[in-house]
Amino acid sequence: VSTASVALQPTVVEPASPGRRLYPRPVWTIILAVYAVLAIGMPVLHLLVPAGSALHVSDYTVTLAGKILCYATVALAMDLVWGYTGILSLGHGLFFALGGYAMGMYLMRAIGRDGVYGDPVLPDFMVFLDWKELPWYWTGSNHLLQQALLVVLVPGLLAFVFGWFAFRSRIRGVYFSIITQALTYAAMLLFFRNQTGFGGNNGFTDFKRILGFPLASPRTRVVLLVLSATLLLSVLVACRALVLSKVGRVLTAIRDAEDRVRFCGYDPVSFKLFVWTLSAAICGIAGALYVPQVGIINPSEMSPANSVEIAIAVALGGRGTLLGPILGAALLHGAKSVLTVAFPELWLFVLGLMFILVTRWLPRGVLGLFWREDRT
Amino acid sequence: VPSAELRIRLPLLLLVFAVAASPAAAAQPPDPHPRPGLDAATLDRLVDPETRDETIASLVEGTDVRALPLLRALLEGNLYRGPPVLLDRQGTLEDALTGAPAQVDRDQLEQVTINNRVRKTLERAVAALSLLQGTPAERLEAAHVLQENPSAEVLPAVQKALAAESSGEVRETLRATVAMLALASPDAGQRLTAVEELRKAHAKRQLMQRLEVEQDPAVLAALREAVRDVDLALQRAAMVGLAFSGLSLGSILLLAALGLAITFGLMGVINMAHGELLMVGAYATWLVQAAFRGTRHFDWYLLAALPASFLAAALVGALLEITVVRKLYGRPLETLLATWGASLLIIQAVRVAFGAQNVEVSNPSWMSGGVTLLPDLVLPWNRIVILLFSAGVLLGVWLLLTRTRLGLLVRAVTQDRQRAAGLGVRTPRVDLLAFAIGSGIAGLGGCALSQIGNVGPELGQGFIVDSFMVVVLGGVGQLAGTTIAAASLGVVNKLLEPWAGAVMAKIVVLVFVILFIQRRPQGLFALRGRALEEG
Repeated sequence: VSTASVALQPTVVEPASPGRRLYPRPVWTIILAVYAVLAIGMPVLHLLVPAGSALHVSDYTVTLAGKILCYATVALAMDLVWGYTGILSLGHGLFFALGGYAMGMYLMRAIGRDGVYGDPVLPDFMVFLDWKELPWYWTGSNHLLQQALLVVLVPGLLAFVFGWFAFRSRIRGVYFSIITQALTYAAMLLFFRNQTGFGGNNGFTDFKRILGFPLASPRTRVVLLVLSATLLLSVLVACRALVLSKVGRVLTAIRDAEDRVRFCGYDPVSFKLFVWTLSAAICGIAGALYVPQVGIINPSEMSPANSVEIAIAVALGGRGTLLGPILGAALLHGAKSVLTVAFPELWLFVLGLMFILVTRWLPRGVLGLFWREDRT
Repeated sequence: VPSAELRIRLPLLLLVFAVAASPAAAAQPPDPHPRPGLDAATLDRLVDPETRDETIASLVEGTDVRALPLLRALLEGNLYRGPPVLLDRQGTLEDALTGAPAQVDRDQLEQVTINNRVRKTLERAVAALSLLQGTPAERLEAAHVLQENPSAEVLPAVQKALAAESSGEVRETLRATVAMLALASPDAGQRLTAVEELRKAHAKRQLMQRLEVEQDPAVLAALREAVRDVDLALQRAAMVGLAFSGLSLGSILLLAALGLAITFGLMGVINMAHGELLMVGAYATWLVQAAFRGTRHFDWYLLAALPASFLAAALVGALLEITVVRKLYGRPLETLLATWGASLLIIQAVRVAFGAQNVEVSNPSWMSGGVTLLPDLVLPWNRIVILLFSAGVLLGVWLLLTRTRLGLLVRAVTQDRQRAAGLGVRTPRVDLLAFAIGSGIAGLGGCALSQIGNVGPELGQGFIVDSFMVVVLGGVGQLAGTTIAAASLGVVNKLLEPWAGAVMAKIVVLVFVILFIQRRPQGLFALRGRALEEG
């Protein structure tokens, strides 16, 4: 209820260009500048500046940037359901991981004969388990196009079915959160089994190439980075358009007073189901871009802790602001990658304190400190 | 050339002869044998392959335990042909009859060798005679040797041993052994008695083996019936065992969920650090155990560990309430995230203080071992104690909520906070106490958990999803619901395990809970608790 500070007043829409309607000019400048740094600046500095130079951007930095962009996309998707619709999901890591697994299946098949056992069809872990042929659900996984469809369809369909059951029964608030946590926990247990056919607790790794391009090469890395940045930008624009639309207004209304929305004649279930499924599909795409960049996907991505981290990234940046969660994901994962290397014991203390401090003293997140969304 | 062939065939022929002769020797009434014992003639007959079988048989029949060292020596290849026959006793040679030390060049000695068939007979003979002496453990071992390798000829010896046996456990085994041996007896009446005995002992394997060769129709019918009975009994035992392990799991879930039933069910506070309070309780138990180690009161350290684990977890819980939960009443989603953060802090603090490895908490001696209900069903003491303990904690919580002033206040504040405050109830104090008690109960759960599982910093992580499922399934705010949900989740989980495997069982249960609360969401939202009304 405290999040009701984002007022329900209609935005004053000036008859301007479509872009101006989404963000004022200074905000657009910042967004495009960040995009330019990530999608043009970093690739140029990585590919064209020699490795010895001070201006050179290392492999590690490029991969880290790509990773954080994927996390930021997930945070955006989370903000859509939590920040705007008031549904706190503790299972978004599941959708992210499912997208990653769909992509990982293609990457495993693309290894071809270069695996440890040299089997032309079966991935190494299947040869190791003494399987003779691919399980039925691996059919066609050597086609990137099919897997790209599954990246969206599998998380989307799962979210749709789950959401249909949950929203129809009016399960909300903390109950919904707990059930989503149980869902991702159950899925994690399922994927830990070798017999499930997704590599057990080792998951997928040792990828070699994507569409024939070696994953280790700087060019492939840069292409994936640009794709991640572009994905984030397009998701941001799409989400912004959505939340400013009439549908977005209804979503915010559901967050603030679901019963009143129902009494006004709207059906909250279909709105919630729509935004929930959309959010899951976005997570799937982010997961699919994440896997080739980090080179591994395993069931620990589905652990409840990972999903809670997504939520805290959103809370840290500022719920219901879209830009905030991007900032939050960057801060969280930037701090994580620095601290887990420099002070491994300290990281969990920092993360734990972050949870408490943000929820107690920063209800509007870091962005809320200096920017109020609804004062246009 | 022909003589060489003869030399090869001769032992074979002898062997064939011996095989043909031995059942006849066992079945016929004994000749006027020389009295078995350690006289020179018996020894000579034992060394001579021609007369060896009947000599062994008569020694067993006479249950002459003085022959045991000789038979053992023969079995182990420590007997040398004489005259005089020599025995190698741990490296020194001595006269087999008198025991006098002998000075002989070993190179000139000829070992008394035995073939595999004789080896079996000898093993049986040694085992049958060992039943009459030695420690109970040795006697038990001998009885097992006879069960593995039964033959009717040792039956009288075993019966004699049974009559003289004093240890109950050995008696049981011997009785089964007698039945097993009697099953091969030529007398149909003895076989029937044996079938009856084996039915009682649930010896399905022996019954099945006999079923294949039995000719007598009466015995055959008895055998069939016995096998059916044993099958039924085994199934019943398996069911009882399954129900017990299910209830045991349920009692653990109950202990983990009872504290949650107060903090989440009654107060409506989502405490994601609840599992860590279990862990705090388990570590408190470990510390108390360390303090008691080496003293003569070690067996009773649990009595001190119970209040210690309660207080430790209650203190941590109270701290959590004051610093985090209190500030976030009415904001359940924020409470959820903040307490998750607190759980990370607690885990990491424990890791820094006590190390990331599991610590060792041992059962007191009175909790090790178990109750043997049936030969195939042993209920471990520690699980029984925890089952009773969780029932006790449940009773305590129920009494606390319904029979004490604090319980009354907690219920009042839960049902209508403002009116309670208006009537002069100091609601913040009630909140703090209720939260601390709920946390303390989690600590008790941790103390119990330390007795059956590993204690490590991640102990609580495995319980958080399960215990929330219990509370959600049972319906918030109801102890009865929590209890039934815990027990049924435990039993269902264990029932599914043999069919689907442990992991799949867990997944199926989670999916079941998710589907169940689709069907009966009103059970969840019936409570008029604060912080549960959203939107």
